[in-house]
Amino acid sequence: MTALQEWPDQADRHDRGLSETETERQSYLRAGYSLGSWFFTRDHKRIAILYLFAITAFFMIGGAAAALMRLDLLTPAGDLLTNEGYNRAFTIHGVIMVWFFLIPSIPNTFGNFLVPLMIGARDLAFPRLNLLSWYIFVLAGGFTLFVLIAGGVDTGWTFYTPLSSMFSHGNVVLAAVAVFIAGFSSILTGLNFIVTVHKLRCPGMTWDRLPLFVWAIYATSLILVLATPVLSITLVLIAAERLFGLGIFDPKLGGDPLLYQHLFWFYSHPAVYIMVLPALGVVSELVAAAARKPVFGYKFVAGSSIAIAVIGFFVWGHHMFVAGQSMYASAVFSFLSLAVAVPSGIKVYNWAATLYKGHISLDPPFLYGMTFIGLFVVGGLTGLMLAMLAVDVHVHDTYFVVAHFHYIMVGGTVSAFFGALHYWWPKIVGRTYPLVWGRLAAIFIFLGFNLTFFPQFLLGYLGMPRRYHVYAPEFQMLHVLSSAGASLLGLAYLMPLVYLTWSMRYGAPAGDNPWGATGLEWTTPSPPPKHNFDEIPVVDRPPYDYEIEMEGEDG
Amino acid sequence: MVETRPVAEPYRDARQQRDAAMLGMYVFLGSEIMLFGGLFAVAAVMRLLHPAEVVEASKALHVWIGAINTAVLLTSSLFVALAVDCAKRGRRRGTGAWLFSAASLGAVFLAIKVYEYSLEHAEGLLPGLGAPLKISTPVQRAFMDLYLVATGLHALHLLIGILLLLVIAIRAVSGRLLLPERVIVPVAAGLYWHLVDVIWVFLYPVLYLAR
Repeated sequence: MTALQEWPDQADRHDRGLSETETERQSYLRAGYSLGSWFFTRDHKRIAILYLFAITAFFMIGGAAAALMRLDLLTPAGDLLTNEGYNRAFTIHGVIMVWFFLIPSIPNTFGNFLVPLMIGARDLAFPRLNLLSWYIFVLAGGFTLFVLIAGGVDTGWTFYTPLSSMFSHGNVVLAAVAVFIAGFSSILTGLNFIVTVHKLRCPGMTWDRLPLFVWAIYATSLILVLATPVLSITLVLIAAERLFGLGIFDPKLGGDPLLYQHLFWFYSHPAVYIMVLPALGVVSELVAAAARKPVFGYKFVAGSSIAIAVIGFFVWGHHMFVAGQSMYASAVFSFLSLAVAVPSGIKVYNWAATLYKGHISLDPPFLYGMTFIGLFVVGGLTGLMLAMLAVDVHVHDTYFVVAHFHYIMVGGTVSAFFGALHYWWPKIVGRTYPLVWGRLAAIFIFLGFNLTFFPQFLLGYLGMPRRYHVYAPEFQMLHVLSSAGASLLGLAYLMPLVYLTWSMRYGAPAGDNPWGATGLEWTTPSPPPKHNFDEIPVVDRPPYDYEIEMEGEDG
Repeated sequence: MVETRPVAEPYRDARQQRDAAMLGMYVFLGSEIMLFGGLFAVAAVMRLLHPAEVVEASKALHVWIGAINTAVLLTSSLFVALAVDCAKRGRRRGTGAWLFSAASLGAVFLAIKVYEYSLEHAEGLLPGLGAPLKISTPVQRAFMDLYLVATGLHALHLLIGILLLLVIAIRAVSGRLLLPERVIVPVAAGLYWHLVDVIWVFLYPVLYLAR
């Protein structure tokens, strides 16, 4: 494999845009053409496609809100949006991106598509529940959009009390209901994955042969099932306070506003790991496929997913260092937050060790994987700064925090999402896309992202608070840089939409295994038939069983 | 126990399907525990911050009504267990009868609960309905708020459980639910019922017996 390989059958250019192949005729994509065959399907692969459409739409809506904010921030005066309008814009951006893009992004699309294929099963354990979960998700998303655009909510995605419960003018109750409904979708999806991984693995697919992506999805599902209900009950309490005056969080009525923050972050910090763990799983796959070597320290990489999920439940207090919680509690939370760096570090070091002396192919998936690793390291290290009590007091609620979590969630998770899209696209649609465009998009995303968010680290460190759209003139330069980067990033995110759509008709057929990767999903035809496997496979070797070329053999 | 029913799509055999259904139910119940866990956390915080006032507020509740309801719910769980036993032996009518009895006891629980709410409403203890309150301290107010949310959420779960048991009872008696092949259906529903029962077993001391 040379570094700049082209697709194997790209030479037959006259073959492009040709009629469908025999494989395609038997695939899940052609297993029915009516709308009903899609909207009432129980095939995990079709449900994955449904999710892909839904979250792409939400991604664009959330992105549009971000674009409005970045436009408004070009000048120190708040001239584009009103104060209320700006508050609503960042609430739309946060709520949509967190609950309707980031949380479902990788698990519900690629998890749905790949988990059964990777473990040698014909479907998820509960196919009807899977479809129900999509309908709940779309219902909740539509309802949220209606609430956020028609009525407007100005609390930010965190719904902090007492602002949300006593002072906010917007439709907080309806927004809470919408997120509450979306929670059911998360719980059902997580439940489905847990049962599938436990009960539907094919013969020989033992736990220590499970692909690392499946390990990551499994860890994510544990969080989905155990943390989401706590958010649900918290939102119920908020709604009860606004509707019936039940003041669990209202100090006048004997309640405690800080309790809200505890309950909220008990969910929402693990939720960060819901967003990033699947991305870590994707990158493990991308790195192994690009290096063409077994993953270094497989058991540690798998175990670190579980470790992150477990420790992630005990770090929520680091959001509240300046909120008046006990100093001793803060010290413990600070220590535990630093401890999360250990399993995260294990992953990064093991990826680096996997790449060491590998025959690395610089294909789009790997470029996205590298983008992920770089941005994740920056986001993670600044996370360590924020976990330190003294530093946090200085930068709390500034753009430093905004930049930090965008490095993890956007730089990390969204890059991994695009990496997964480019890696498994030939499997999903059965066609190849132009690699050059894939590489260009990856590079533009990397550049645009850094131009957008690196200035925000500086802004925050200099004291620019988050959630303000009127700011001191000396910050303008950095804000303009950030907005310029956001434009580049926005365009880069649109590029794959064009060439991936193009590839569905004009791309060359991909063949079963265009990357020469290991894993059961690559043993099926591309796109896979409706039932995935004609015969349930039997696994008799370790995962990532690449042939290692010894030194001297290959020059 | 010979299972003749064809297995559903993703499964290799009936045993695998049954195991998956059981695990799915357990995972779901785990998420339910976390849902109520949030409320128990609130109760714990309240008790730690204001021990004396919470005890005072708890004494204002009708402890004997709560005790009777506990007995009603525990008995209903026994009936569900008997129903599952019948289902395993393929006795359709017995299954239906025990499930129906359990659902009826669930309805009795709800009726007693409504009576208790109305008593508290008359005494000016129940917030949220606009009546003038005779609550002395903010802590008592917060405690009653928690009481209403927790028992209300529990009642909602019980209502869902009652409907679930009734549907299964009807399907068992009419023969649309194959027994004993599909014994998993009453078993899983029974697990849900027992959990709702157990949650009450924890709610009762936390709310009524704070001394």
